[in-house]
Amino acid sequence: MKFIDEFRDVELAKKLVNRIKQLSTRPTRLMEFCGGHTVSIMRSGLRQLLPPTVEMLSGPGCPVCVTANADIDKSIALASLPDVIITTFGDMMKVPGSYSSLQQARATEADIRIVYSTQDALQIARDNPTQSVIFIGIGFETTAPTIAASILQAENEGIKNYYVLCLSKLCPPIMKALLDLGELKLDGIICPGHVSVIIGSRPYEFIPREYGVACVVSGFEPLDILLSVEMLVEQIESGKPKVEIAYRRGVKPEGNKTALELMDRVFEVDSADWRGIGVVPASGLKIRKKFERFDAEQAFSITLEPVREAKGCICGDILRGVKIPIDCKLFRKACTPEHPVGPCMVSSEGSCAAYYQYETV
Amino acid sequence: MCLAVPVKVVSIEGNEAEVEIGGVRRRVSIVLTPEAKVGDYVLLHTGYAINVVNEAEAQETLKILEEMASLDEVH
Amino acid sequence: MNDETILLAHGSGSRLSHDLIEKNFLPPLTNPLLARLDDSAVFDLSGRLAFTTDSYVVSPIFFPGGDIGKLAVCGTVNDLSMSGAAPLYLSLSFIIEEGLTIGKLKKVVGSIKAAAEEAGVNIVTGDTKVVNRGSADKLFINTSGIGIIPEGVDISGANAKLGDKIILSGTIGDHGIAVMSQREGLKFSVPVQSDCAPLNKLVSQMLEASRRIHCLRDPTRGGLATTLNEFARQSGVGIRIEEEKIPVLDAVRAACELLGFDPLYVANEGKLVAIVAPNDAGKILARMKRNKYGADAAVIGEVTDEHKGKVILKTRLGASRIVDMLSGELLPRIC
Repeated sequence: MKFIDEFRDVELAKKLVNRIKQLSTRPTRLMEFCGGHTVSIMRSGLRQLLPPTVEMLSGPGCPVCVTANADIDKSIALASLPDVIITTFGDMMKVPGSYSSLQQARATEADIRIVYSTQDALQIARDNPTQSVIFIGIGFETTAPTIAASILQAENEGIKNYYVLCLSKLCPPIMKALLDLGELKLDGIICPGHVSVIIGSRPYEFIPREYGVACVVSGFEPLDILLSVEMLVEQIESGKPKVEIAYRRGVKPEGNKTALELMDRVFEVDSADWRGIGVVPASGLKIRKKFERFDAEQAFSITLEPVREAKGCICGDILRGVKIPIDCKLFRKACTPEHPVGPCMVSSEGSCAAYYQYETV
Repeated sequence: MCLAVPVKVVSIEGNEAEVEIGGVRRRVSIVLTPEAKVGDYVLLHTGYAINVVNEAEAQETLKILEEMASLDEVH
Repeated sequence: MNDETILLAHGSGSRLSHDLIEKNFLPPLTNPLLARLDDSAVFDLSGRLAFTTDSYVVSPIFFPGGDIGKLAVCGTVNDLSMSGAAPLYLSLSFIIEEGLTIGKLKKVVGSIKAAAEEAGVNIVTGDTKVVNRGSADKLFINTSGIGIIPEGVDISGANAKLGDKIILSGTIGDHGIAVMSQREGLKFSVPVQSDCAPLNKLVSQMLEASRRIHCLRDPTRGGLATTLNEFARQSGVGIRIEEEKIPVLDAVRAACELLGFDPLYVANEGKLVAIVAPNDAGKILARMKRNKYGADAAVIGEVTDEHKGKVILKTRLGASRIVDMLSGELLPRIC
C-alpha cells in the first residue's frame, strides 16, 4: 500500500532507533496526545525499542475516552425515543455511561446502527423518511469538517430527518488546559497527525513559546513516529523547543482551508465537558443557530437521570497522563475489555485498552 | 486519533470520487478537497478525503529517514 | 414461482409444508436415508464417533464467495474434521422468517447440495419451521454432524507440546471482510471472496502425511488470535508467532486499515490452524500445499514454555507483544 508500506521499513526503523539512542542523553518525557499514535506505538512494540531515557506517556487524545458520562447518557436517552434511528461510529458502542451503553440499549428496543461515515447516516435518513436519524457526532477536528459537510449536504438536498448530537472537541485548548494543570513536567509533545491535517501546525505555536515544550506533528506509521521522537529529542537536547512538522506529506502549516471554512460555517466554539478534566471553556463545538434544526439537543427533549461516575475509576487521571493503567486498582480485575468500567478500557485507542491488548513482554 | 488512510482517486463525479487501495474501492466525498484530481492520493477519513497527499514531501521524508539511518552507520 | 414467498403455513406440517420439502429440498439433496422421510434417519455405525452442532445466523445471507447454506455445511463438516473425523451425515434445520422468497431459499439449498457433494457428506434428516416476520433475520440454519475418527488419531486442543510447530493453512481475514463489506453502513467494494470451504479432504491428507498432528482448529469467530489463545490455555503452553509469516491478502489488509480492524481477529471459514510435531512439520506442510485449500499454508510459529497460557507475537520491528483473544464484538473505528 503506497504511502504506508514505505513507512514501515524495518531496517530503517532499527537504524532510527539507534540514532535516537545516540542522541538521547537525559531523561526525556514525551506525551503522545493522539490515541491513534498510542495504538500504533503499542501495536508495533515501539516503546520496547526506545532507550530508557525516553519516557512515553499517553494523553487525552481519544475522543471516545474524553466524552463525559452525561453525553453518553444523552445518546442513550435519544436512542430510546420512538421513531428514532441512532447512527454512530463503532467506537461509541461499548462505552459505559452512568447506567448503560449504546450496545446494551441496542439489545433492548433501540434502533442503533454502526456507520463508517456521515455519508452512510445521510443515506439511512433518505431510506427512512418517517424516522428521525440522529448521528452521534464525536471526534476532534479531523471529524468535525465531515460532520459539518453532512449538515450542509442535508440542507442542500432538503433532507428533513437528519440530526446531529454535536460532541466535537478541539485539541489545542485541551493541550493548553493540560499544560496549565501543571501536573506533568513534559519535555515534548507528539502532536496529533490528522487533526493537524485540518488545523495545520500554527495552533501549537503557543506551546513552545509559553511553556518551553517541544512539539512535532507526527504521522502514524512506525517510521513516522520514530522520526518525530528523533526530532523531539534533537529539539530537547539542543534546548530549542519549537513546532516542527514530521508528517510533511499530510500536514501544511496553514492546514486545510476548505475544511476550516466549512467548520466555521456550521459550528461555533463553545465550552465542553471533558471526562477527568471537567468543563473547559472554548474547547468544543456547537451547531450555529442558523443550522439549529439539525441540532439533536434542540430538536428532541429528553430527561436524564442524575449523572454517575463509576467508583474507583481513574480514567480522568489516566487521560491527564498522571497515572498509567497499571496504577488503577480496577485494571484487569473489575475493568476488562469485556466488562469495562470506564472508556479508557473500551475505546481501542484508550490507554487501558491499548495496554491490555498490546502488552509487551 | 483519526484513522485516515492514503487512497488513490480513480474517478471523480461532482463532489464524489471513487477511490482505491489494495483493490478495495469506495465512493467517497471530496467536498473537503475540491482540488483533488484523478491519479492523486488522498487521505481518507470516515468517507471523506481530508487532504491530497503531497508526494514530493513523502519522497523528501523518506530521503531524510535514509540520511538519518546512514548517520548511524558512520558511528 | 421464485418470487413466491414463504408463509407461516409452510412450516405448519400441512400439505404446503410437504410440498415445499418434496419439491424444493428433497430433489437436490436426495439420498436413500433422506428419501425415506421417516422421523429419524436410521443407520449402523461403528468406531469412535465425533458429533457436533452449529447454528448459522450470518447476515447478509448471500455474500461474495458463498451464502448461509454453504456455510452451514462447511462449518459443521469442518468442526468434525478438526477432531480428525471423516464426516458422514448431517442434519439440516431451517428456521425461515415468513416473507423470504422461495427463489432465495432454492438458491441456498443449491449451495447446500454443492457443498455437501464436495465434502462427500449426506444430509439425512431435516426440519423446517417458519416464524413471524421479525422473529428471525431472513433465515437461520442449524446443522449437526456425525463422523468417524480413524484408529490411532487423537486430536485435541489440550495436546500441544513444547517445541511443536504451528501451521496456518492460508490467508486470514477473507471471510470476515467479505461479509462485513456488504453490511449496510459499511459498504465497500472488495475483490475478496469468503474463503468458506470444506476442509475434510485436506485434513485426511494431512493425517496421511503424519499422525503426529496434536491440535486442529478452524479460526472462525474471533479469528486466528482467539484460536491460538484457546490452544495456549487448553494445553497450558506458551505460543509464539511471527507477524511476518502470517499470510494476509493485500485487499484484506487494505480493508482492515480502512475500518480499523486487526486481521488477527477477523473470522475465517475455510482455514485451519494445526499444531504438529516439529520433525513432521515439513512433510505436513508440503502435503497441504498440494491441496487447493492449503496452497498458501505456512509455518507461523511454535509452542514454547514461556508465558504459558498466552500468545506472543513478534512484530515486524522485532519487538514482542501479547496477543489477547477477541473481547466482545469486532467493531469498526474512526480512531
